[in-house]
Amino acid sequence: MKDMRAIRPSEITSETNYRNRRAFLRDSALGLGGAALLAGLPSGAEAKTAELETVPWPGSTDEKPNSWEDVTTYNNFYEFGTGKEDPYRNAQDFVTRPWAVRVSGECDRPGDYDYEDIVGPHTLEDRVYRHRCVEAWSMVVPWVGFPLGDLLKRFEPNSQAKYVAFKTLHDPAQMPGQRRPVLRWPYREGLTIEEAMHPLTLMTVGVYGRELPNQNGAPLRLIIPWKYGFKGIKSIVEIEFTSRMPATSWNQSAPHEYGFYANVNPEVDHPRWSQARERRIGAGIFAEKQPTLMFNGYADEVAHLYSGLDLRRNY
Amino acid sequence: MSPNTVRWLKPPVFLVCLVPAGMLLLEAFGVAGLSLGANPVEALIHSLGTWSLNFLLITLAVTPLRRLTGQAWLLRFRRMFGLFAFFYLLLHFLAYAGVDQRFALGYILEDIAERPYITLGFAAFLLLIPLAATSTRGMIRRLGPRWKQLHRLVYPAAILGVWHYYWLVKADVLQPLIYAALLILLLALRLRKPTPKRARTGSLT
Repeated sequence: MKDMRAIRPSEITSETNYRNRRAFLRDSALGLGGAALLAGLPSGAEAKTAELETVPWPGSTDEKPNSWEDVTTYNNFYEFGTGKEDPYRNAQDFVTRPWAVRVSGECDRPGDYDYEDIVGPHTLEDRVYRHRCVEAWSMVVPWVGFPLGDLLKRFEPNSQAKYVAFKTLHDPAQMPGQRRPVLRWPYREGLTIEEAMHPLTLMTVGVYGRELPNQNGAPLRLIIPWKYGFKGIKSIVEIEFTSRMPATSWNQSAPHEYGFYANVNPEVDHPRWSQARERRIGAGIFAEKQPTLMFNGYADEVAHLYSGLDLRRNY
Repeated sequence: MSPNTVRWLKPPVFLVCLVPAGMLLLEAFGVAGLSLGANPVEALIHSLGTWSLNFLLITLAVTPLRRLTGQAWLLRFRRMFGLFAFFYLLLHFLAYAGVDQRFALGYILEDIAERPYITLGFAAFLLLIPLAATSTRGMIRRLGPRWKQLHRLVYPAAILGVWHYYWLVKADVLQPLIYAALLILLLALRLRKPTPKRARTGSLT
């Protein structure tokens, strides 16, 4: 781990370079008279979101982060379509303010909280995490957020709170993907209270020092860096403290393929593909796959959460 | 359509069939600002697989279309479409084995043995190899009536191909189901007995 204090996320990918590249793409394609050629490309990915006030975080990985373009155009967010570029294409008009989160269940301060109530009291940190998708690809992403545990403590969970359940907004008018029953809507995710309180679990509000683009799960999403990406529920509108393990969407969809824990584990394959290696997005077409690390490389921090648990059965 | 027109039409049709491969080549090398996106390996493999299925369905559509329209010249294009289906399948397999797995035989064999959707896809590939190899005029003549029997393997190959697609997607099975519906339609149209005269012309090509 390297101290990232010296490096601002905006320095990692130069915005000017990025914009120039886009302009080149557009001009050269049009120069060929290729409006049709251009149709397949996400154009205008340079439309960036507002900058956030953040502080550095010493635990960031020193691996090179993926470009803004990779992070914001290659997404799984089935509410906006199942293609990787669908969220980028379909989420641009998604309205994320005002935004309220309903907090309920085993806690002393339930209620409806505005986005500002949720985020306001916290210091936003730049955290560069490895991100491993269950589909065996990975990225390195400079997220912005604060520990979920710091937020949850404000709701004063009681001793019955063994799990935390989350729900995504259900709004088929805005989320075209919800008009087909690809998954059981609204999307649900859950964590044990220990996982939720772990300092690596990030309530995420931004990326690259800016507010989350809609396609990345604006305005509030989870990032649990040692778990497969689908655990990182997006556009959260409900948080519930429960005494029982909550239902989760992918587990409901295919229980033998997606478990509740979904910890990154190179030794436990998905029934249909290997999890031993991963393809790093942005590494190029001729790059070799790289080995997947236990708990996505965060074993030192999180392995103790699962001592005594059979990870082959609790996948 | 006269045999002469068909002869003139073949080169442009051939070139059109090559367009997807040409586009992928431009995208893979970033020519003219084209790109395969954030995950080029996946995009390449998926696109080649999809085009192989497209050409398989086009090939299987020729006979029913000819029966429905009575346009016998359609058959003159069937071999070309079938060979393009194999061409894209071969590239699909090479992109998987070469670009994705870098010809690491251990990983490839493990995939074929342990991942059912890859087993199915590989089986379809194996079934189509003898069909491509016996597509020349000389082989058709040499094999005689057995040629037609052999080439019925295209039906199981197409079923395996669509099934392979169905098993590989994570949750959204709409697209593979569309392929399955089209395939079922094309196979069902064959169940209707053709008129004897047309059946005879069909067996010549």
